Amino acid sequence: MTRLGPGLILALVAGFAFLYLPILALIAYSFNASRLVTVWGGFSTHWYGALLSNEALLSAAWLSLRLAFVSATLATALGTLAALALARHGSFRGRLLFSGMALAPLVMPEVITGLSLLLLFVAADVERGFWTVTIAHATLGLGFACIVVQARLVGFDRSLEEAARDLGATPLVTFWTVTLPLIAPAVAAAWLLAFTLSLDDLVIASFTTGPGATTLPIKIYSQVRHHSADAALFSGSARRLARDQCRLHHPDRLRRHGGDRGLAAAEAPAGPGALTLATRRPRRRLPLNGV
Amino acid sequence: MAVPYLWLGLFFLAPFVMVLRIALSDAATALPPYAPHFEGFAALRDFLAGLDLENFGLIFEDLLYWQSYLYSLRIAALTTLIALAIGYPLAYAMASAPMRWRAILLVLVILPFWTSFLIRVYAWIGILRPEGLLDMALAALGLSDQPLRLLNTETAVLIGMVYSYLPFMVLPLYATLEKLDRSLLEAAADLGATPLRAFLTVTLPLSLPGILAGSALVFIPAIGEFVIPDLLGGPDTTMIGKVLWTEFFSNRDWPLASAVAVVLLVVLVLPLALLQRARLSRAGEGGAA
Repeated sequence: MTRLGPGLILALVAGFAFLYLPILALIAYSFNASRLVTVWGGFSTHWYGALLSNEALLSAAWLSLRLAFVSATLATALGTLAALALARHGSFRGRLLFSGMALAPLVMPEVITGLSLLLLFVAADVERGFWTVTIAHATLGLGFACIVVQARLVGFDRSLEEAARDLGATPLVTFWTVTLPLIAPAVAAAWLLAFTLSLDDLVIASFTTGPGATTLPIKIYSQVRHHSADAALFSGSARRLARDQCRLHHPDRLRRHGGDRGLAAAEAPAGPGALTLATRRPRRRLPLNGV
Repeated sequence: MAVPYLWLGLFFLAPFVMVLRIALSDAATALPPYAPHFEGFAALRDFLAGLDLENFGLIFEDLLYWQSYLYSLRIAALTTLIALAIGYPLAYAMASAPMRWRAILLVLVILPFWTSFLIRVYAWIGILRPEGLLDMALAALGLSDQPLRLLNTETAVLIGMVYSYLPFMVLPLYATLEKLDRSLLEAAADLGATPLRAFLTVTLPLSLPGILAGSALVFIPAIGEFVIPDLLGGPDTTMIGKVLWTEFFSNRDWPLASAVAVVLLVVLVLPLALLQRARLSRAGEGGAA
């Protein structure tokens, strides 16, 4: 079918406008001479210069790139193996569990994946940093890589492999010279996907990182938060900001952790939010140290 | 071949056991080692007696957690419905487009993935905030001169969620709609069905697997979303992902955060099972998305 009615064209235009206008707006404003999003101060590459001279941001970016490279490579290797296992061995014990396990990281909320991996690392007494984030990202990327490679394997002509084996190639040689070149586009796509996922991840990295391993999204996130706090103050939303603060550090929580957070309690801003929250049932008090 | 299993077992399944273990422990004892030994019945009984359900009690008693769970379900459901309402026509139009366009359109849906997620959310802050781009555009068009004040509201969260998850909805929908046999529609038309009726009785039921897969791919991660409600939402949009984050990072209460995660996992079991079923029913067609 090749006719597109006006309704369908509208759906296409509106859908893609929704997807792309924010990105275009952002690109346009990255060339804005003015510091404010609302004011166009003329064309400028000032912010790119500022970016290139921001060493903290650049070192975070370098760390993220290295981390994404290693974790994507791991994820692709494991994901390709997983896809081969799922595609080749029709039914094996635990197939359902395994396919579910490869799929689950795709949709699992990141806060759960991040928290659970961190608890594992703590239990194993592993020093957290570059490698723990790499392992976490490789686990996340594995499922995506597996699905991409699996899709490619569906139409795979196995007689080519059989021919290689008949001609005396070992399974390993067959894999390197026949299978891998044939699925190479999917493997490359899987690697790129895993690389992007790793480069982009904030939540899992925040949980599994340690001192000295600040990835680019973690750095950006702290700056966005800081910046939006600035902006909120600037636009007269200080009250909302104060309420936000109350919620995060509200008296119940502070009481609960009174032991080591007494100072923060003194600093907690008072406001309408604090009053309502303070009337809530006091929590058990815990001596929480060391974690 | 066994390596990926071991990897997933070690770094995906084992951690959940750890979460459950920590969720059942007391905050003060949340330091390693804590692996219990299941040696004999007595040890098991001791272990069970030592379990601490207090964290779960707290979650069930405290309205904050209930409200956050329900609110997250609500936001995730609304996100899924809106993404379906926007994504279905988009996927349908893509699948109906001339063959040579389809590859380009598909790339256009995937392309936003290659830009930073955080930066895209940040772009929405610039658009939605008072006197931001949206207000400016509306004022320029003479539609409204009052600031809309969308930022830090539920609407802003929904816009951000739909925006971020839309490709996850469109891709499986497109995959099923593209495979749809168009001659079935012609047959329906020949038999006197109106286009609407043909759509409702032929296209819609046949695209159901895509609808299910897309909805699950949006709904499940949306429940636990943290970044979007944190950056675009306000004090009234506390989703469970943010509660978990706050318990963990701000309050440093690992057992409570773990208990929140366990309850969230239980909430997710049903949609996860549905997703797996939708996937299996499409088995051999090349997996989800």
